Amino acid sequence: MNKLSILTKGIIKENPVLVLLLGCCPTLAVTTSCFNGLGMGVSTLAVLVCANIVISLLRNIIPDKVRIPCFIVVIAAFVTIVQFALKAYMPELDKALGLFIPLIVVNCIILGRAEMFASKNGVIDSALDGIGMGIGFTLALGLMGLIREFLGSGYILAGIVGVNGINVYADIATPAGIFMLAPGGFFIFGIMIAAVNFFTKGKGTKKEFSCEGCLFAGSCNPEDKCEGKEADA
Amino acid sequence: MTAILSIMLAVILTNNYVLNQFLGICPFLGVSKKLDSAVGMGGAVIFVMLMATAVTWPIQKLILDPLNIGYLQTIVFILIIASLVQLVEMTLKKFMPPLYKSLGVFLPLITTNCAVLGLTINCINDGLTYVQSLFCAIGAGIGFLLAMVLFAGMREKLETNTGIPECFKGIPITLVAASILAMSFMAFSGVVDAIFA
Repeated sequence: MNKLSILTKGIIKENPVLVLLLGCCPTLAVTTSCFNGLGMGVSTLAVLVCANIVISLLRNIIPDKVRIPCFIVVIAAFVTIVQFALKAYMPELDKALGLFIPLIVVNCIILGRAEMFASKNGVIDSALDGIGMGIGFTLALGLMGLIREFLGSGYILAGIVGVNGINVYADIATPAGIFMLAPGGFFIFGIMIAAVNFFTKGKGTKKEFSCEGCLFAGSCNPEDKCEGKEADA
Repeated sequence: MTAILSIMLAVILTNNYVLNQFLGICPFLGVSKKLDSAVGMGGAVIFVMLMATAVTWPIQKLILDPLNIGYLQTIVFILIIASLVQLVEMTLKKFMPPLYKSLGVFLPLITTNCAVLGLTINCINDGLTYVQSLFCAIGAGIGFLLAMVLFAGMREKLETNTGIPECFKGIPITLVAASILAMSFMAFSGVVDAIFA
């Protein structure tokens, strides 16, 4: 696989949110505005790239049996750094994302990439993979934030273009506030995945993980129907 | 007593961890296909949430805070949860094989369940006392179980439905169904405040 395709596959073909369905919790929770979505995406991107680089460097030292706890410690360390950086330089964003910043630790995208890619590939490839996946995640979250903002508040790009953003409805119509709340999050996410399915004719989500890449392969009996495969995603 | 009751009712109904706060979506979507596995997962989550809170709260208050190393919270908590899950799994395997058989497969999945880590951090951030935290953990677990069981029922109906458009099959229609369930839970908002006003 050449370097360019490693970088670009995460953006569209294997988009972590819309195709691989990883990291659903932050996707649903923080996308009440485009700005929050992008902020979460960039924070995750930073952790993903740093963790991928370090794990790839340590891949020959970490014993196979304790690799998951080792990965988690590396990831948690970078999450703590990001948490400090946000608190210091972007306190408003930190407040908006709140609990979901420490929860980057348990974001399946990061542990998944560590397990599936960084622990088997060189440093440069792992960094590129992290950047590509991170950009894909950021774009998906930004887009979903934009849609929810447009339908739910009537203002788009709040926090990016001025404090309140652009008033798209110009007070002619009333926005449907429910799109800013929990049900709207589920609904828009479902519609977005359906749209991806429609345009890729279902090719996207049919991608199956092999047991090799599964986090729970050690604890699972391949004879059984694999519950973990989906739950992991 | 009223404080404990209102905390529990809030996390079960109005602030449901899955449907309102978006914590633990992965198992919610992944393991809710069949009713019995949904119940198993819910039971395992209640158990781990209670254990995790019982351990992390004293560690934060007695070790991290006095030593002024509160910033290590994320690292310490996730390690505690990961090792706790492993420990619970080994104990169950050794002493309670029947329970292990019904909950065992779900236990490794719980480590990466953000609801558990989210709950332990929430209890500290909200300044709950130890007893309140424990009841909050039980409530959050029951809320998770409730959402899982209700949703498993909905999904069993969806499985037999043949009128779903091709591109909506699978996860998309499941998410739309989850949206409707979340909407019905919104009807509880204000109920808890009204009871304890």
